[in-house]
Amino acid sequence: MKIKSTLENYIFVLPAVAIFTIFYVIPFIWVFQLGLYDWDGILPTKVFVGLGNFKEIIFQDPSWWQAMRNAGYITLIALTFQNILAFLLAWACDREIRLKNFYRVIFFIPPVLSEIVVGMAWRFIINDIDGANIINRTLINIGLPQLAHSWLSDPKTALTTVALVHSWKGFGWGFLIFLAGLQTIPRELYEAVHVDGANAWQSFRKITIPLMIPVIVLVAILTVLGTMQAFVLIISLVQSELAGHTSVPVLRILASMRGSSRFGYACAQGIGFGVILVVISFIQYRFSRRARQIQ
Amino acid sequence: MAKSQIPKSFFACILLFTLLVGCYPKPAGKATTTLTVWHWMTDRQAAFQELTARYEAKTAVKVNFDLYAPSDAYTQKVRAAAQGINLPDIFGILGEKRDFASFIKAGHILDLTPYMEENNGTWKNKFFSNALAVNEFPEGNSYTVKAGVYGAPIDTMTIQMLYNKDLFKELGLNPNRPPATFAELLDIGKKIKSANMQGLVSGWGELWMIDCLANNYAFNIMGEEKVLATIRGEVSYTDPDWVRVFSLFKEMQETGVLSLGIITMVNKTAEQLFANNKAVFAFNGSWCVNVYKAMNPSLNYAAMLPPQASDKYPMRIWGGAGSSFMVNARSNNKEEAVKFLKWLTDKEQQAYLAQGTNNLPANKDSLSKIPDILAQFADDMELTTHPNIWGVSEFPAVIEAFDKGIQSIIIQEKTPQQVAAEVQRIKERELAKRRR
Amino acid sequence: MKTNIYYKTKGVIINLLIHAFLISVAVTCLYPLLWMLSSSFKTQETIFKDLSLIPAKFHFQNYYLAWIQGGFGRYFLNSIFYTASVVIGIVIVASLAAYAFSRLRFPGRNILFIMFMAAMMIPVPGSFVALYVLLNKLHLRNTPVGYILCMINVGLSTSIFLLKTFFDKMPKELEDAARIDGCSKLGIWWNVALPLAKPVLAVVVVFNALNVWNEYILALIIFDSKHFMPLQVALQTFQGEFVTNYPLLMAGLTITALPIIIVYLLMQKYIVKGVTAGAIVG
Repeated sequence: MKIKSTLENYIFVLPAVAIFTIFYVIPFIWVFQLGLYDWDGILPTKVFVGLGNFKEIIFQDPSWWQAMRNAGYITLIALTFQNILAFLLAWACDREIRLKNFYRVIFFIPPVLSEIVVGMAWRFIINDIDGANIINRTLINIGLPQLAHSWLSDPKTALTTVALVHSWKGFGWGFLIFLAGLQTIPRELYEAVHVDGANAWQSFRKITIPLMIPVIVLVAILTVLGTMQAFVLIISLVQSELAGHTSVPVLRILASMRGSSRFGYACAQGIGFGVILVVISFIQYRFSRRARQIQ
Repeated sequence: MAKSQIPKSFFACILLFTLLVGCYPKPAGKATTTLTVWHWMTDRQAAFQELTARYEAKTAVKVNFDLYAPSDAYTQKVRAAAQGINLPDIFGILGEKRDFASFIKAGHILDLTPYMEENNGTWKNKFFSNALAVNEFPEGNSYTVKAGVYGAPIDTMTIQMLYNKDLFKELGLNPNRPPATFAELLDIGKKIKSANMQGLVSGWGELWMIDCLANNYAFNIMGEEKVLATIRGEVSYTDPDWVRVFSLFKEMQETGVLSLGIITMVNKTAEQLFANNKAVFAFNGSWCVNVYKAMNPSLNYAAMLPPQASDKYPMRIWGGAGSSFMVNARSNNKEEAVKFLKWLTDKEQQAYLAQGTNNLPANKDSLSKIPDILAQFADDMELTTHPNIWGVSEFPAVIEAFDKGIQSIIIQEKTPQQVAAEVQRIKERELAKRRR
Repeated sequence: MKTNIYYKTKGVIINLLIHAFLISVAVTCLYPLLWMLSSSFKTQETIFKDLSLIPAKFHFQNYYLAWIQGGFGRYFLNSIFYTASVVIGIVIVASLAAYAFSRLRFPGRNILFIMFMAAMMIPVPGSFVALYVLLNKLHLRNTPVGYILCMINVGLSTSIFLLKTFFDKMPKELEDAARIDGCSKLGIWWNVALPLAKPVLAVVVVFNALNVWNEYILALIIFDSKHFMPLQVALQTFQGEFVTNYPLLMAGLTITALPIIIVYLLMQKYIVKGVTAGAIVG
């Protein structure tokens, strides 16, 4: 009887596990062991180099680490600017205001657009060389010509510009999830505190934030995972790696695969990247456990 | 309440769904002999299809040209298909000779030498020698590929500098006298800067175009022998001649010859800018004629050689190599495929392609009817060279460091000496690896 | 002593500030979309000269041209078919698995779940080639089934994660009631869990629909026949073929963006409702 029940339970996960095994696990194993070879992706023969690829990534590939730093920078901006913006917007929409539904729809339009489209659109808007240069023109028109700048072409500002556009595209998801969380906080709590004489800031600090910690952690995890792996938007926006200034790990992996025909090395880079992401997620998970205890 | 409450309709839906997916309309079956060709040349799809219609009328053999764009995606597709032993009858290989060699060694490419040599080499002799050389592996080549010809070129191209005649007039320069020396170029650069115009545009966000110009000047400054010797590892990249090559880019950037943001551009962007009269110079290949014509038919421009930095050795430009097609060694229609390629590279078809798509023909006899501007490119054919015919090739890691180093020089993050040292360091690392 | 007027004015000012904030963000959200739309009505010559949002002349034929010259008809249908199939597939597969991970006991449950989570974190570069070879061996290459199965896998981990989080928070009383009534496990899943999960399911639908609709590389590699290609592949070819004829390209992009926006508009009711029911929150 118990065995029958357990077998029935397996049926629930069977389709997912089957698909997962065939289409993820098997390619993963193939790619994983390829990281140990020096192979160009075409020849029938491969050269076993053991951990040679990994050693090269760690010690002899400054462009890889520059790409990781860039991704980290974009992720930092996403965690701060993007998520704080999303939170503020959600908080603003949580109050009883008109047009709440309208804003809910509008704010989710950026995530809905494809990354290629977003990259092209913003490139046209920002870029001075082959675009309409709208931002600079506006600055000049309102009398601030000294702020006009080659935002996308200047290596010093390009990465920040990319990070901002990425945040623009991403805040919609955070907004939705934060709004969800805010709406589950019972109004009575706020009213009770208000009666006791607390002002808006105090009720925000004592009620809103503590109750929202689980949501904040969830959004943080999703943000980190998603932003570290981003690349389509970046390449669509900047169209090149700008001598490494706008390089990100996935672009480096693709470059190894196609550009220099080093398939084995690309696989090693992919595995290294995965390891780093797992470590980061683990740290975040630990941190979230701590944060919940505070709550 | 009923025991199992999943409505029967649920299972019916699942069944219907699986049936739908399984029986999704498939394309109709093929005719008797059909050749499949994979390519990436978006601007030539229409011309190709016209030619296949003519071929079918003539021989009753159907030929399908399948276009996969952009070229990055095309490369991925070809490599995946190679892994799955699923290549079409005819396809092209984008990439370096090293990759071409790998495809041959993996058994994917048919050796065309017997067909080329037939009847005293009738097919072989139709082509410009440079165009053919790209598809040829000479005896004792460093790729350890059996000597022979493995592909048929369908066009040739040269990569040169271009200048906008109207903008020249605006700058007060003679539109019929492009700069002949590097010093003159730098002077024009200063004028461009003070007139607040954009100088040279080129797809230097893509590394290979930088490589092209840098090597042109390398040949000009130190001569072919020394360049090849460097690749073989006999000369160091820190040699003063190489530092001079790197410095050229610094000088061009400082005087205003290069447009701002040139290293953020892909070639398409550069083409757009030049076509819209926004840049004085461009560095692009002869395929650009077709592109500019589509973007701005009234563009007033001409081709020129990169201005010489030294008069010790001749200026060389990259060329000869255009697009080529190879035959799948495992194809079931090998003979038909070869026949089609022979027809495609014949005088008449090449002339049609040249006129219709503004690309230089690979067939020597088809030059008569090409448009004027294209002829300017064709005139400098004897000065062409190309890495694919040098017989030796540089390590990819070194090439990447070289090109990226120049990018860094242009954005003023590194000095020519620093880049030279770095490139040499990587070269020595790669040489050490090879020896192991 | 703070008077009523003080509080009232303060309230009004704060309200105004909040609205100003919201509106300015909304404008930046809308602007690129409107720009795309307005560019699609211009011509190649005017697109760089006429920089206003409202074009001087509306060239509606751009849409017709884009559709015909891009051959969008067939590809549009393909994209819709793939998106719908994958979404339906994932909803069923992921919700079954998520329910099991949340409510059922069986050995290996935790390990399997961790594996799915790990998949979310570890990207597999070069997976295209691996999938190509795999599908080839299974004789599923160049078939819709093969592509759909691959795409189901792409969104599987995240969907299972979202659904399991919801199922964990679901009140057990309803399930217990159904079980007492003699409902089988599958029945509980179908009759109790799924309906309650509508909001999260809506999020899963939107998320996966986005992924499939915007995908093009895998489709380009797996399919040989133009017959099967989705819209995004056609768009890429279109881009090169018209040597970046921007207005036509914008028209093409708008055509491809519209269905997804419609899907979102349809689903967003459920999402927010579900959100208010305390669905996704941890």
